[in-house]
Amino acid sequence: MSVKAFKQPPALRTLSTAFVVIWLILAAFPFLWTLWGSFKVELDFFSKGDWTDSLTGVRTIAEHGSAFTDNGYEGAWIQEEFWRAVFNTAIVCFFVVTISLTFGTLGGYALSRSSYRYTFWLLITALIFRAMPPITLVSGYLLPFFEWNLWGILPTTIIVLVAINQPFTLWMLHSFFQKIPKELDESAKVDGCSQFQAFRHVIIPIMWPGVITTGLFSFLLAYNDFAVTSMLLSKENQTMVPKIASFLGTTQTEGNVMFAVAAVVSATAPLFVLVMFFQRQIVSGLTQGAVKG
Amino acid sequence: MFLKKVALASSLALIAGNAYAACEISGRVNIVGNEFPAIQAVGAGAQECTGGEVEANLTADHQKINVAGMTGNPAEYTSAIVANSSIVALMNEDVIRPLDDLVAQYGQDLKRNQLITVDGKIMAVAFMANAQHLVYRADVLEQIGAEPPASYEDMLAAAAQIREQGIMEYPLGGAYKAGWNLAQEFNNMYIGMGGEFFTTGTAEASINNEQGIAALEMMKSLSEYMNPDFLTHDSNATSAEWKAGNVALMNMWGSRVGPLRETEGSSQVVVDNTMISAPMTVGGGSTPATTLWWDGWTVAKNISDEDAAATFQALTHAINPALLNDETTPMAVWLIDGYEPTPAATGVFAAANMNAVPYPMLPFQGLLHSALGAELSDFMQGKEDAATALADVEAAYSAAAREKGYLQ
Amino acid sequence: MKHKTFFWFILPTATAMLLFIALPIMSVVTQSLFTPHEQVFKVVENCGPFGCTESTSIDAEATEALRAEAPLGRFAGLGIYLDRGHLAVTEVGDAWRNRDSIGDFLGSLANLPFYRAMGFTLTYTFTVTPLLIALGFVIAISVNSLHRHLKGLVIFFSLLPMIVTPLIGSLILFWMIDSRGVIGTGLQWLFSDPDLSLKASTGLTWVMLIVYGVWHAAPFAFVVFYAGLQTLPKDTLESAMIDGATRWQQTKYVVIPHLMPLVTFVALIQLMDNFRVFEPIVGFNAEAHATSLSWIIFNDLGGETRLLSSAATTSVLTIIGVSILLSPVLVRTWRDFSTKG
Repeated sequence: MSVKAFKQPPALRTLSTAFVVIWLILAAFPFLWTLWGSFKVELDFFSKGDWTDSLTGVRTIAEHGSAFTDNGYEGAWIQEEFWRAVFNTAIVCFFVVTISLTFGTLGGYALSRSSYRYTFWLLITALIFRAMPPITLVSGYLLPFFEWNLWGILPTTIIVLVAINQPFTLWMLHSFFQKIPKELDESAKVDGCSQFQAFRHVIIPIMWPGVITTGLFSFLLAYNDFAVTSMLLSKENQTMVPKIASFLGTTQTEGNVMFAVAAVVSATAPLFVLVMFFQRQIVSGLTQGAVKG
Repeated sequence: MFLKKVALASSLALIAGNAYAACEISGRVNIVGNEFPAIQAVGAGAQECTGGEVEANLTADHQKINVAGMTGNPAEYTSAIVANSSIVALMNEDVIRPLDDLVAQYGQDLKRNQLITVDGKIMAVAFMANAQHLVYRADVLEQIGAEPPASYEDMLAAAAQIREQGIMEYPLGGAYKAGWNLAQEFNNMYIGMGGEFFTTGTAEASINNEQGIAALEMMKSLSEYMNPDFLTHDSNATSAEWKAGNVALMNMWGSRVGPLRETEGSSQVVVDNTMISAPMTVGGGSTPATTLWWDGWTVAKNISDEDAAATFQALTHAINPALLNDETTPMAVWLIDGYEPTPAATGVFAAANMNAVPYPMLPFQGLLHSALGAELSDFMQGKEDAATALADVEAAYSAAAREKGYLQ
Repeated sequence: MKHKTFFWFILPTATAMLLFIALPIMSVVTQSLFTPHEQVFKVVENCGPFGCTESTSIDAEATEALRAEAPLGRFAGLGIYLDRGHLAVTEVGDAWRNRDSIGDFLGSLANLPFYRAMGFTLTYTFTVTPLLIALGFVIAISVNSLHRHLKGLVIFFSLLPMIVTPLIGSLILFWMIDSRGVIGTGLQWLFSDPDLSLKASTGLTWVMLIVYGVWHAAPFAFVVFYAGLQTLPKDTLESAMIDGATRWQQTKYVVIPHLMPLVTFVALIQLMDNFRVFEPIVGFNAEAHATSLSWIIFNDLGGETRLLSSAATTSVLTIIGVSILLSPVLVRTWRDFSTKG
C-alpha cells in the first residue's frame, strides 16, 4: 500500500507539530535559560528585583564590562578544580557500566534460559530490592565502611553503585535475552559446547543492541547519582553531582552559586554528545528487546 | 654595643615570632566539620603544621558522617568541629575525649573562656561565637521617623508604618523555612518570653503553655509582614531578599552580616544603610529573644595518644592570634586574643552583654528542635491553632524521646 | 539450564545484591525491632564562653554498660511501627472514636506525620504515573510522524528533563518559579494574578511538584514507547485501514495493544520510583507543604536527631508499600510467566 495512505490529514499534522514544538519548549527551556544565565553574575541570574536582568545582564555589565562573563566557569573549573570531579565521574561511570553489564549479562542470560519456578522468584526479589530507599541503604553502609577503612575511595562507590543498580539491569537484560531464540545456543550445546561456551560464541555477538541500551541507562544512573556519591566519597574523590551540591553549601558565598550553575551546564554538555551519538542505538536496542513488563 | 643590642633584640624577636608560627607535630590529623569560611580558615591554619599528615573534610553534610567516622577504631576523623547543638550527638555516642591532660601539656596559651567544660571535664575548645540579632535599614527607619526597635512589638509597629507609607510591601525578613530554621526562630521567641523547654531534671517537654502560645502568636503576626513564601526561605534566601532591597528589618545571624555590607551584587543604598543592633526582647521580658552559639573543635576518643596530641597541637596552632588578618577577621566573632571586633560583630557582643541564653546543650534538645521544625508549619499557614500545634510538637517529641530512651 | 551452571552464571550478580542490598535490608528490619537503651541521666555543670549553667547530660559509663550487655538495644517488637511517628494506631483509634464526621477524622489523620506523608506520596504516585505514561505516549506518536531529519534533534531535546539529575534539576526550576523569576512572572501574567506564588500555598506546591514529576519522567516513557512504535507491524495497521477503521480506532485497537507490555514495564518502574519521591521536595524547599516517606527517613537520619530505629521502620514500611502497589503488575507478570512456561 502506498505511503500516501498513511499520511496524516493537514489538520492533524498541524496539531501534532504544534504539540511537538510546545513540548520541546517545555523540555529545553529551563536548560537553555540556565545556559544563558551561566554567563552572568549571581544577582542577575537570581534577580529578586527584575527577572529580565538575567536576559540583559545589567549587573554583569556593571561588574565585568560586558554582558557575558566566564567567571562562573573559571571559578568552577580552575579555582575549585571541577576537572578533578569530571575525571572521577569518568572513572566511576566506566567501571560501573563495565562491571554492571558483565554481572548483568551473565545473570540475565541464566535467568532467561532457566525454566524453573525459582527464576520468577529471583526476579521478583530483585524488584523488591529496588524498592529500598537508597538513603537508608547508604546510611547503613557508613559505619562498616569507616571501620574497614573503605570510606571515601572510588572502588567502594563503584561496587555500591553496581550492586544497587543490579535489579534494574537484570530486568532489562533478562527481557532482551528472552527475545534471542533459545534454539541458537541449544544447537551450540548439541554441537558439544558447554553452556558458557555457547554463551560466549553464539550469544555475545548478537546481544549488543540490548546490552548497549542497558549500558546507557546504567551510565545515566551512575553519572547522575547523588545519594550514594554524596555520602560515600571524600572531597578529593567527589564526582560531578556532589561537587555541584558542595558549591551550594550552607553559606552560599558570593560567587559559589554561579560556580554551581556553570558546573551544571558543564556536567550536562557531555550527555548531549552521548545522546546525539547513541540515539540510534537507544531506539534500535529497545526495539530489539521490546522490553516486556 | 648599641648595634649588638639591637641585633640581639631583633634576632630574639625573630625567634619568638617563628616559635609562635612554627608547628611541628608527629601524628595523623583529620578534621571533619562544616564548610563555611571561618571553619575553612581554621582548617587551613591546622594544615600549616609540618611533620604529620593533616587533612580536613569540611562539608555541609558533616553531621551525617561525623559520628560514623569517629566510631571506628582507629577512628577515621581525629577531630570534629562542632557547635553547642552538634557536640551533644558526639557526646551521646561517646566518641570524643576529655582534653584536660592535653590542655595542661600543650594548651598554655588557651584562655579560660575558650574551654568548654562538661561535668568538670574539658570537652571542646571554642574559637568563635555567633548569635541572631537585629539588622535594619537606617534610611528606611529614618523615612518613617522610628528608632531601631528594641522589642519585637516595636518591630511590628515599624513594619506596619513602612507598609502604610508604601515604602515596602513586605518589610520584615526572617529565616522561617520549615524545619531547622523555623524551630530556631521559635526557640528564640520562646526564650524571650521566658519559657522553659523541659521540666527541670527530666526529659519531658513543657512548651504547651502561655509563653509557647504567645511566642507562636508573635511569629504569626511577624509573618504577615514577610514575603508570602517565608516557609521556603532559609538564611540564604533571606539575605538575598535583603540584598535586593526588599526587606528593612530582620533577625539575622551575626556571621552573615559581613557579606550584606559588600557592594558586590548589592546596591549602594542597601550596603551603606545596613546597620546592626542588639537582639530584641519580646513580651516585656528582659532576656533577649535569641540564643548564643559557639563553634569549637573536639578530639576523637578512638585514636592513638600520638594522634590525639598531634590533633590538639595542630588545632591550637590554627586558632592562635596569628590567624587574624584582614581576610579572616570579618569572617566571624573570634574568641581569640587580639580580635578587634569589626562593626559587624557588635550585635553578637550586645547579645552576650544582655545575658542572652546559650543554646541548651541537652542530649534531647535536638529531638525537640526537629519536632518543632516538622509540626509548626501547619500553624504558620493558619491551618491549626497554637495550642494544637504545640500539643502536636509535644506528642511528636515524646514519641521520639521514648524511642531513644530519654523518656520511659 | 542445569542448576549448577545456573548457579555459576548468577553468582556475581547475586553476591553483589546479597552483600549490598539483602544484608542491609535484613539489618534494617532487625534495627526496626529494637530501640536504644534507656538513657541514664546525671546533672552536670557546663561551662563555656558565656558562663556556667547546670544541665542534664548522659551518664556515658552507665549507658555503655547497658550497651555492652545487649548491643542491639531494647527489643521493642512492633512498638516503633505502631508509635505516633508511624502507623499511630492509638492516635488513629482515638481520632476515629472522637470524630464528628469523616472530614474531621481525615483532618486528624493529616496531623500525624506518617499519614500526612502518605497522603502526598500516594497522590503524587497515582497522579504522576498515568500522566507521564499518557504524555510519553502522545510525544512518541507525534515525534514518530515527524520528518526523519527532524527526529534526531527532537529526540535529543526531549531527553533533557530526564538526563539532568533530579536534585539539580529541581533546584534550577525552584529558582525559576520564584514569584520574581521568569516562570513565576510568566504564570502571574497568564493567570492575571499579581500575587500568585507557587511556593506560598500547599495546593499549588503539590501541583508544582506533580508537574515537575511528570516533566522529569515523561522522556523515559517517551523513549520506551517510541522504540516500541518502530516495531509496529505495518500489515496489521494496513488491514485495519482497509477494514475502514478511523485513525483513532487504529490507535485504540492496534497501536495501544502492541505497546501494552511496554506500558506495564514503564508503570512498574515509575510506580516504584514515584513512591520513593524525595529529591523534588528537597530541591523545591517544599517540606512545609509536602512530605514523603523518603523525606521522613532523611529527616530522621539527620545529624542532631539520629532516630535510626524510626528511619529503619519507615524504610520497611516503604518496601511493604511498594509491594502492595506493585501487586497487580506482579500478578500479571506471574500469569505471563506461567503461560509462557
